[in-house]
Amino acid sequence: MSTTAPKKKYRSQKAAKRASLAASYVVLTILSLIWIIPILWIVLTAFRNDLNESGEIIGTVTSNFFPNRPGFQNFADLFTFKMNGVEFVFLRWMGNTLLVSVVCCILSTFLILSVAYCISKLRFKMRKGFMKFSMILGLFPGFMSMIAIYYLLKSIGLSGNPDNPALSLVGLMIAYSAGAGMGFQVAKGFFDVIPNSLVESAKLDGCTNFKIFWKIILPLSKPIIIYTALMAFTGPWMDFIFAKVIIGSTNTAYWTVSVGLYSMLYSDKGNPDYFTKFAAGCVMVGIPITALFMFLQRYYVEGVTAGAVKG
Amino acid sequence: MAKAKQIGANKKRNWFLRTWDNFVFKLEEFGKRFVDGSIGTKLSHFVFGAGNFYHKQYIKGALFLLLQVGIILFMVLCPSVNGEYYGYKALVNLALGGSKGGEFDKETGEQLPPSDDKLRLLFGLVTIAVIVIFFIIWLANIKSSYKADLDVKQGKKPTTFIEDLKELLDTRFHLLMLTPTLVAALVFTLLPTIFMICMAFTTYNDFDMTAENTTLFYWNGVNNFVYMFTGQSQLGKEISARFFPVLGWTFLWAIFATFTCYFGGIILAILINKKGLMGKKIFRTAFVLTIAIPQFISLLAVRNLFSSYGPVNTLLQNMGLISEPIGFFGLNDNDNEILAKVMVIVINMWLGIPYTMLMTSGILMNIPTDLYEAGQIDGASKTKMFWKITLPYVIFVTTPYLIGSFIGNINSFNTIFLLTGGGPTYSGYKAGGTDLLVTWLYKLTIENGEYNTGAVIGIMTFIITATITLITYTRSKAYNEEDTFQ
Repeated sequence: MSTTAPKKKYRSQKAAKRASLAASYVVLTILSLIWIIPILWIVLTAFRNDLNESGEIIGTVTSNFFPNRPGFQNFADLFTFKMNGVEFVFLRWMGNTLLVSVVCCILSTFLILSVAYCISKLRFKMRKGFMKFSMILGLFPGFMSMIAIYYLLKSIGLSGNPDNPALSLVGLMIAYSAGAGMGFQVAKGFFDVIPNSLVESAKLDGCTNFKIFWKIILPLSKPIIIYTALMAFTGPWMDFIFAKVIIGSTNTAYWTVSVGLYSMLYSDKGNPDYFTKFAAGCVMVGIPITALFMFLQRYYVEGVTAGAVKG
Repeated sequence: MAKAKQIGANKKRNWFLRTWDNFVFKLEEFGKRFVDGSIGTKLSHFVFGAGNFYHKQYIKGALFLLLQVGIILFMVLCPSVNGEYYGYKALVNLALGGSKGGEFDKETGEQLPPSDDKLRLLFGLVTIAVIVIFFIIWLANIKSSYKADLDVKQGKKPTTFIEDLKELLDTRFHLLMLTPTLVAALVFTLLPTIFMICMAFTTYNDFDMTAENTTLFYWNGVNNFVYMFTGQSQLGKEISARFFPVLGWTFLWAIFATFTCYFGGIILAILINKKGLMGKKIFRTAFVLTIAIPQFISLLAVRNLFSSYGPVNTLLQNMGLISEPIGFFGLNDNDNEILAKVMVIVINMWLGIPYTMLMTSGILMNIPTDLYEAGQIDGASKTKMFWKITLPYVIFVTTPYLIGSFIGNINSFNTIFLLTGGGPTYSGYKAGGTDLLVTWLYKLTIENGEYNTGAVIGIMTFIITATITLITYTRSKAYNEEDTFQ
């Protein structure tokens, strides 16, 4: 008796383990389906070329999940289409957004890393003051300052400039990157983990602070550089409120994709009939951004974890 | 040395006394510089860069002088943009408030247009900022000259311009690195914030035509805050009726949004990271998609998925669960407010859980194994180790994140704006049933031009988030110092 008891226990344990693993599979499968369905739906909608009785493509939201007549018409429409009198220049919007995001990516990454390094590794008089200042400033809702930023940019001709509307894009770049340096906390958390002894020994060897930053810290910080750059790069693709305010609703040629896509459905120029085209636009924007993100996911996780743990 | 000692002694006393002492100390230093300094330093108090010229630091001196002349010219000549002035005229305008126009200009004899009050306020503030900068440069120029004096006294040569620049790469590296951020933040974050704070104390309001002079800006004291409680005027009516409901919902939303995503994410991470589970990568990718896809796409997709003629309503109708399409997101006036509130929280879980899942997965892998080994030696069961080691560790490590995400949720704009637009609406008011303080702020200022009302809401939001941060920050710091897991 006494010899079989442990064996039985072992067997039942194994069965319990298997059961719990099976339950995990079921739960995870159901959950991932829930997670994917809305995204799958928008992708399917992009390919939906269903026809109504008079043989026209139905553009509105419909009740069917899967398209009855799949095709590429919506994508073709993105390049040739006029939306209530506004020329639909989707490719141009993509170009605008790409330009803004590349510039923002470079500027913001530079600002964030330089501030984070100073706060983490240098000791100077105003250090604590600077940290408090950035924390307090960060507590004001961003929308509060948006109007003032708009008028500020307008007064120097970088927004709503009738002679040179393209300057609005420059204004947008400034608006996106100007506050970036205040978001140094994640990068600071990362730099904090780099041992101070490295910095000190370099100092003993006569390195200047600039050299330490450039030759020692930066080469060690690939993950956080990529994380910061990724966040700065994707920002302009996601934001539409700032872009709408600074570029303006009439300045259509200089819209970013998010403003354009949002306006297709919910503005005076929009129409629920454009939903399938909207979906096609979403797929066009979503694929590169999602691919980039998935490709750099490892660094993203590293950044998120560093930010969470170090606060 | 003396200063360090003084500061050390000050540490125990309270903040006000400390600041006062610091101020007195600075003042004494200032006096000492004037008395002990060379002729150059003394002159520097009046002519910028004089001391540097005296010590043959010509480039530096020229830069200081240029700045002084430039700022004084700016103040006297009053450059104007769109008919509004900078300089001393801006200060006068700032004090007097807006003008209706119609008077005749003394110099040109032309009739003046009404003032552009947003610019008037903005330029007034810019001018004040320039004056502050003037004083900072003034002090820097005196200090720079005094430093050269000391160098000479010690038998050294005053630093050359090149040496000064080199210092920027080493001992003063932080100056070089922080200046761009500071300048950008002052101009594009601090100045705009002060601008809006000022708005809260003015009558400036594009919308409220019933009260007199509201489209012009006049200083209004704390009246706007008083109206919040008394309900006077258009803005008072809106705020007194809707402020507390919106505030309550903002808190409810922040609490639910934070904790559902937090614990949901932890549970999901534990499920996915289960030993022996295959296809971890596939599952993870499925969930991470919602982080990777721009939010306005995923949120608008969901909004349409649940729309009246969309697949979900049709499915529910076909199943016979409902007879009429229901408005999940309160987009029509008669839609159920509670349903809309539940829906935004649920959809927010869809967006937020993967984020916590990713973060927690990283943390789970980093739990020191010796904790588990010690547990095993003590004969603890798997479940016990989960409750006593895994969960406390994860929660301990992510507390700062939890606070941050609570504040983030109070200011979470996209989810509400893109899903419900704040609906269902309350007739006569801007703030709908699911509006948070931020979306209300957006509607008031950007959509309706009610700047002073919006600014009042913004300040209230700041006070709330600041209080929460202050309380939790001090608490969690004490918590962190317990070294539980270090």
